[in-house]
Amino acid sequence: MNRLAELLDRLSFEPSRNNKLRLMTDYFRSTPDPERGYALAALTGALAFQHAKPGLIRALISERVDPTLFYMSYDYVGDLSETVALLWPEPAKDEAGVGHNRPPLALSEVVTTLATSGKLHLPSILARWLDQLDEIGRWALLKLITGSLRVGVSARLAKTAVGDLGGKEPNEIEEVWHGLAPPYIDLFAWVEGREARPEATDPAPFRPPMLAHPIEEPDLAALNPEDFSAEWKWDGIRMQVVAGHDANGKRVLRMFSRTGEENTHAFPDLAEALAHLPAQDFAIDGELLILREGRVQPFSVLQQRLNRKTVSAKHLADFPAYVRAYDLLSLNGEDLRPLAFRDRRKRLEAFVAAANEPRLDLSPLVHFKTWEELAAARADPASAGAEADAAAVEGVMLKRVDSIYVPGRPKGPWYKWKRDPFNVDAVMMYAQRGHGKRSSFYSDYTFGVWRDGESGDELVPVGKAYSGITDEELARLDRYVRNHTINRFGPVREVEYNSDKGLVLEIAFEGINWSSRHKSGIALRFPRINRIRWDKPPKDADRIGVLEALLKEREPA
Amino acid sequence: MRGSDLLKTTPAGLYCAAGNFHIDPLRPVKRALITHGHSDHARAGHDSVLATHETLAIMAARCGAEFAGTTQTAAYGERISIDGLTVSFHPAGHVLGSAQICIESKGLRVVISGDYKTMRDPTCAPFELVPCDVFISEATFGLPVFRHPDAAHEIARLIDSCRLFPERAHLVGAYSLGKAQRIMALVREAGWERPIYIHGTMEKLTRLYESEGIDLGEIVRVTGPERPKLGGEIVICPPSALQELWSRRFHEPVPAFASGWMRVRARARQRGVELPLVISDHADWDELCETVLATGCSELWVTHGEEDALVHWATGQGLAARPLHLIGYGEEEVEDLEPEKPAGEAGPALI
Repeated sequence: MNRLAELLDRLSFEPSRNNKLRLMTDYFRSTPDPERGYALAALTGALAFQHAKPGLIRALISERVDPTLFYMSYDYVGDLSETVALLWPEPAKDEAGVGHNRPPLALSEVVTTLATSGKLHLPSILARWLDQLDEIGRWALLKLITGSLRVGVSARLAKTAVGDLGGKEPNEIEEVWHGLAPPYIDLFAWVEGREARPEATDPAPFRPPMLAHPIEEPDLAALNPEDFSAEWKWDGIRMQVVAGHDANGKRVLRMFSRTGEENTHAFPDLAEALAHLPAQDFAIDGELLILREGRVQPFSVLQQRLNRKTVSAKHLADFPAYVRAYDLLSLNGEDLRPLAFRDRRKRLEAFVAAANEPRLDLSPLVHFKTWEELAAARADPASAGAEADAAAVEGVMLKRVDSIYVPGRPKGPWYKWKRDPFNVDAVMMYAQRGHGKRSSFYSDYTFGVWRDGESGDELVPVGKAYSGITDEELARLDRYVRNHTINRFGPVREVEYNSDKGLVLEIAFEGINWSSRHKSGIALRFPRINRIRWDKPPKDADRIGVLEALLKEREPA
Repeated sequence: MRGSDLLKTTPAGLYCAAGNFHIDPLRPVKRALITHGHSDHARAGHDSVLATHETLAIMAARCGAEFAGTTQTAAYGERISIDGLTVSFHPAGHVLGSAQICIESKGLRVVISGDYKTMRDPTCAPFELVPCDVFISEATFGLPVFRHPDAAHEIARLIDSCRLFPERAHLVGAYSLGKAQRIMALVREAGWERPIYIHGTMEKLTRLYESEGIDLGEIVRVTGPERPKLGGEIVICPPSALQELWSRRFHEPVPAFASGWMRVRARARQRGVELPLVISDHADWDELCETVLATGCSELWVTHGEEDALVHWATGQGLAARPLHLIGYGEEEVEDLEPEKPAGEAGPALI
């Protein structure tokens, strides 16, 4: 537990992905089974503890610490688990067995004990553990059991770190992952080359998806349009739907996100519909969309259905989920991935037709002979077949007709040609220091556009951008911020901005939504700096009306 | 005689009318008794200064030889008469030369702790417990969430990180007086034999420590062209340098910060610290409580820091406790970072 606690502590402060990987790989290499396996489960979110609630932790500390001192401490620290971890009184040595024969607390003991103990015994068990640990250990334990471990590590990154132990790609780990359970002894044995690959016994396993490289118009000239098939790039979320049968012949249907996280429970309406398809076993690759009266809704509508712990009946009715299929990876025990795209597409068309299920439809092909024709379709999807769904199209996908389905992002077979981004000229208002390599640079910029204020024009912030610029531009912007600071708020600086003085940034963004969380009522998607307009006076920057008009245009009719 | 007859708070700080002297005054006064050399306690411009030999040397190094009209050295334990009072200086364990000041008058004994710690520190004399009637304590870390771990454990984490990231320089933010030299000594105790690199502003005080007989091993001032080549090395700098232009020339540095504040995660995050090291030169909560009780005092005055919690606790222990609300102390982190202008970078905004 101590080693894991130190790992979690360090991860929580480390901003760089590669350095996080190294910290985790170093831990997995130097920690024995089964401890590292349970740690992997913790990092991938595979551990869940039912009964450890904040109220219990509060009760434990109130028995041990003066309430005024607790209140002052909590007020200062601001986080309950952390406050309790720091406040927990050190037990007298012989009471806790510290420094005696008892081995240090292991995560495996925590996991197995919590799995078998009832709610009644939890307070005394937890208190005994807290007595044995130091500040960092207590913090890690409390964060783990309350399920609020936030150390900036995705399940995918943790699996990548395991793969790095033995030169395995993360996709190879994903292939076997869903058949495994903590503490993953067989997984580590295989990665370290000591044993054979674990048998995938999962009746409905996740298959790591194939991803596309971005492409721009000039690059198309080198490609032959006859080699490619095109379809719309839908602005939903990537979804894999897998059906199979378990050892008892019971049907299993699962839905996975792009990263292999199962989200079946979030879409019971869709799962219910797809569980009754005539085909026995299958794996569909497609896009999760919300449709109303046959029309695809923009991403902002889908967002309201995502990230909910429970889905109410009203939500199911207001946000009906659909899957728009674009690939078929397996059918009735046959792995279709080695087939060419054109052959998989034929199988997919037949599959969708046979299914005859309203919640499942086919992503239509976009027909074209030349790149110019495709460019025209991309510029105006509504006239090129997408019709009323055009607002949910965010570009076109290009797939080589002879391409087999390869997990990961191979260079060549698939491309995404995104719709041109939107642009707005905005004025820099605040700048914040970045992290990691950029920690000495003011690299995150809040920008605003003009609106009518009580006393004339005023700037209202509409977003924050921290990418899109070269290192030289970053150095120049950093200097600009330092030389034009008018206020400091901790790591944030306010820069000079008014109609005559200030810096205009041309911001590119992918989409725009209404937002109640932003002062302007508007949120931009993926904003980044397209150009720095050193030449442009701030008074010529855009007004909020430009963005509002864009929003209304994209509003579903 | 009561403590409040002997000492009162004035805008210039704690004042003893009977001896006509101030302790750690915030503005120039006639006669100043100085507990230690941090810039928030030791200011220039007094007519006369009484302090330990080391504190006087530190003040001269920081403010120039003319920092006061006249100076007088107080040896630890020496009893000095001032206008009928007896004054003595006792080790406070905070930094080199740091002292508690004991004032005795007509059977009443008052001890002003200054900043102190009771934990081990290889670079200064250990804290000496002085029994007293009135104890005047700091409370920088006066909340029970502050319990400093064994400093050796924190140093082991630093060295472990240098092993894991041998291409990244480890920049350790530390106050130039005391903390920096303590880190150096602790790193040596942990068996680190390579040179330890320092920011230019630390050189003067580090050499002063060495001239006082404290062995710190090979200490090298970092020069510009070297910076990208210091992967896996320990580089000690003032905390403010971590976020300034100076740190930029290192290759993907690990920003570390040695301070008691690092115990609270949000504090570390706010400063962009990636390797927080909980090492402090101030007493933690347990040390504060133990020390207050051990002095046997019946009255506790708290000078600065998180005084409310300590006063609450002491009242519960049956002591007469009150906060002094002295303003102007506890700012030792606002340090004199010499502006450094690398070629080609016009940066007027060095803090």
